[in-house]
Amino acid sequence: MIQCINFFCALLMSFLSLQNISKRYGATRAVVDVSLEVERGEFFGLLGPSGCGKTTTLRMVAGLEAPDSGSIMLDGRDITRLAADRRGFGMVFQSYALFPHLNVFENVAFGLRARHLSQKEIARRVAEALSMVSLNGYERRGVDELSGGQQQRVAIARAISIEPRLLLFDEPLSNLDVALREETRTELRELVKRLELTALYVTHDQEEAFALCDRISVMSEGRILQTGTPRGLYEQPEEIRVARFLGRNNLIEAVRLSASHAEASMFRTVEGSHTLRVATHVGANLPLNKPCQLAIRPEHIQLYRESNERATTENELSARITSVSFAGATTTIKLDADGLALEALLLQPEGFASGASVTVRLPPERIIILK
Amino acid sequence: MKTISKHSRAFILHPSSLILALVVGVVLLYGVIYPSLRLLLASLERGGAWTLLNYVEVLRERAILEATFYSVWLSVLTVLFCALVGVPLAFLFERYEFPARRIFSVMASLPLVLPPLVGTVAFIFLCGESGILARAVQHLLNLKSAPWSLRGWGALLLFHTYTMYPFFYVLTGAGLRRIDAGLGEAARSLGARPARVLFRVVLPQLTPSLLAAALLTFMTSMASFSAPLFFGGGVRVLTLEIFNARQRSDAPLALTETVVLAVISLGALIFFQRYEGTRRFVAAAMKGAPRRRQPIRSGAARVIAALCGAIFTIMLALPVITLLLVSFARQGSWTTEALPSAYTFENYSRILTEEDALSVLFNSLKMSALAAIFALLWSLCVASLVSRRKLRGRRIISLLVLVPWALPGTVVAVSIAESYGQPNPLTGSFILVGTFWILPVIYFLRFMPLVVRAVQASLEQMDPSLEEAAASLGARGWRRFLRVRLPLIWPGALAGTLLAFVIALGEYVASVLVYVPANRPVSIAIAAEMRDFNLGTAAAYGMLLIVLIALSMTVAARLERASKV
Repeated sequence: MIQCINFFCALLMSFLSLQNISKRYGATRAVVDVSLEVERGEFFGLLGPSGCGKTTTLRMVAGLEAPDSGSIMLDGRDITRLAADRRGFGMVFQSYALFPHLNVFENVAFGLRARHLSQKEIARRVAEALSMVSLNGYERRGVDELSGGQQQRVAIARAISIEPRLLLFDEPLSNLDVALREETRTELRELVKRLELTALYVTHDQEEAFALCDRISVMSEGRILQTGTPRGLYEQPEEIRVARFLGRNNLIEAVRLSASHAEASMFRTVEGSHTLRVATHVGANLPLNKPCQLAIRPEHIQLYRESNERATTENELSARITSVSFAGATTTIKLDADGLALEALLLQPEGFASGASVTVRLPPERIIILK
Repeated sequence: MKTISKHSRAFILHPSSLILALVVGVVLLYGVIYPSLRLLLASLERGGAWTLLNYVEVLRERAILEATFYSVWLSVLTVLFCALVGVPLAFLFERYEFPARRIFSVMASLPLVLPPLVGTVAFIFLCGESGILARAVQHLLNLKSAPWSLRGWGALLLFHTYTMYPFFYVLTGAGLRRIDAGLGEAARSLGARPARVLFRVVLPQLTPSLLAAALLTFMTSMASFSAPLFFGGGVRVLTLEIFNARQRSDAPLALTETVVLAVISLGALIFFQRYEGTRRFVAAAMKGAPRRRQPIRSGAARVIAALCGAIFTIMLALPVITLLLVSFARQGSWTTEALPSAYTFENYSRILTEEDALSVLFNSLKMSALAAIFALLWSLCVASLVSRRKLRGRRIISLLVLVPWALPGTVVAVSIAESYGQPNPLTGSFILVGTFWILPVIYFLRFMPLVVRAVQASLEQMDPSLEEAAASLGARGWRRFLRVRLPLIWPGALAGTLLAFVIALGEYVASVLVYVPANRPVSIAIAAEMRDFNLGTAAAYGMLLIVLIALSMTVAARLERASKV
């Protein structure tokens, strides 16, 4: 009967569920009231600046730290107080944590030996795990003879060899160089998806989290600010810290003037006193005449040379280019629109020079209202 | 996953903590806390009543006040002289490159491994009034008597400087290697002259190393016993006074003097640590390159540097060479000549064939090995316990572990003898004094801090995520210890154990106070042979010790290097 109930609970609940987890170290509150749900087969990310509590959260899931309050459920069972060595989660550490006194084979076999599997079974599963990370033939090598990228693969092979119920990653790519990081990133996601594993991935690198994860929680100062798909987070950040953390953003302080239309509102910017029309989405019922923050991505700002003599229409401002900085594929142009500083990102910057006057257009549907 | 209610709580709370805490607690209670308290209480007692009479008497007794003053003054002077020799030497070897620099730099730390008693004996053979140097000068200048006598302040300071300057040499050298060369270069680029760079940039950064060296030198000098015993002359230091009071069976006086010595030693420890704590030293963990050694270019300077190095090395090696020479001298063949006139293997064959002599050697090996092995096992317990971050009282444990190391050997021996020389609440009717076990116990207490430090250092070097990785892979507590922690800390732990073993092998200060005649260690045998003028046999014992120590240190150095890779 109880098993029956458990089974139904498991059906209703997500695979991994953190409920109001808190942890403090002395006076510092490392993690504050964190709740999140990870679905089976999902690649879930914890993203945030260093010291935001993401690693502590991961370590509590791993069982390496105990939460002060709250509970952790896996498949409908409370594992909050379960020892790390009984959870059966694979973990890939930032430092890889390969055992320096064991060779590649023994490193990967470590978890299998702890499970007292037969020699034959161990050999089979080590070979399987190593082939998944394309390291066949490296069994007898010492881990110190491997390159950083290869060590990384061994760490992954070791974690997947135990057929983990959950795979945990603590910034596993941060010690690799840029090119290798991007390559490994793609392989890692393919591998996790192919094995149908559930993964929890901690990183401070936004690009990495976006490329890898199905859903991401953005953390700051021990709290989760927002959870969503990479695209959702990027395009609809709900608050200023998320907007700031996820790529560059133009933050514009403004006052709401009216709620004339159902799907749009008028704002006046504090700097430059420009009037902007903003397409209002759900939950944007801001009070009138109170300052709030608007945001628009630099790549969404449109620039026109003034010589075009276009009639000034909605959301178009006159501005002067203060600087042009070339960064390969894109060029960043800094603008001054009567005191309102803006940044635009262009693919084709021809004809825009520092000091030139231009017309700037802020598309209403691209402007976001932040909390 | 059967049940979740039964948790072993690998990192959350370990049940084995309790056993470890029990083992560590019992040893500390029996070895450190009780003896220290007993010593203190005994010094406050006379005829069954509490009194300060012992202290009043000590203060009245001029000889004891003098001994206290001599001990401190000798130690201060020793620190000064050692710094004057050790620091410039470290600069020379660390900053300049010249022929044969490496050999000299290795030789420079030689006196560190010489047991104090063996060093004292070698010094007597070399510089004593009937030693090789004095006789040679006497014959050369046709003097009627020896040109000098190895007695008093000069002799003590010479010997102390010879044996203890390596503290300054080694620690300053290590400090210099840690200093980022960029800092000096930055100072130079800002227009600072070399002298200014030295005093404003280099020396301030060396302060922790210099303080540590000064502390080690001071404490070692306070505890020094063999040299004052053999050639202190009128300089009667505290360790000697305690020994004499015990010889006279004046227990209250010996105990009270021991407390005074203990207080001064611990006071020095606290003083230096406080001073170190009041100043902020930036950890040199930043990225930076150590300074390259500067080759000495001019040919003449190279020759002079190499020559100085060679002379210095010979000076360092001379006592050991003398010992080697005398160990082959035929009994009675060395009276008024500069060098012994006849040589033989007799001394060695006597030691290695005579049952009595051989048993002395075996005794020392057995007792030191026992002490070292127990020290290793116990250190693993202490280190495991103290490495648990959340454990309350880990600072207290670390402190208590260090106490026997900070106390002079005399103090440790006297307090153990006082505590376990009669029936007492901890051991009941079992009396440790007079049994075989008294020396292994004292060796264990005195030298286990070295092993604890070695194990802790190895443990600190270990990436903590290694054990976490093992846990995440499903390895339980014991498996983690045996398969991950032990293999990784093994080289460092073994090196520390070997060090404790060799130091125990030559131990004299504490042994002389409590040894059992049926169970003599080598050091006691050496002193006895010296007293009977069997100089050759004494020297041969000394050489055997040196060979054993050299072997062990080579193995330890290998292990240490292996653990660094």
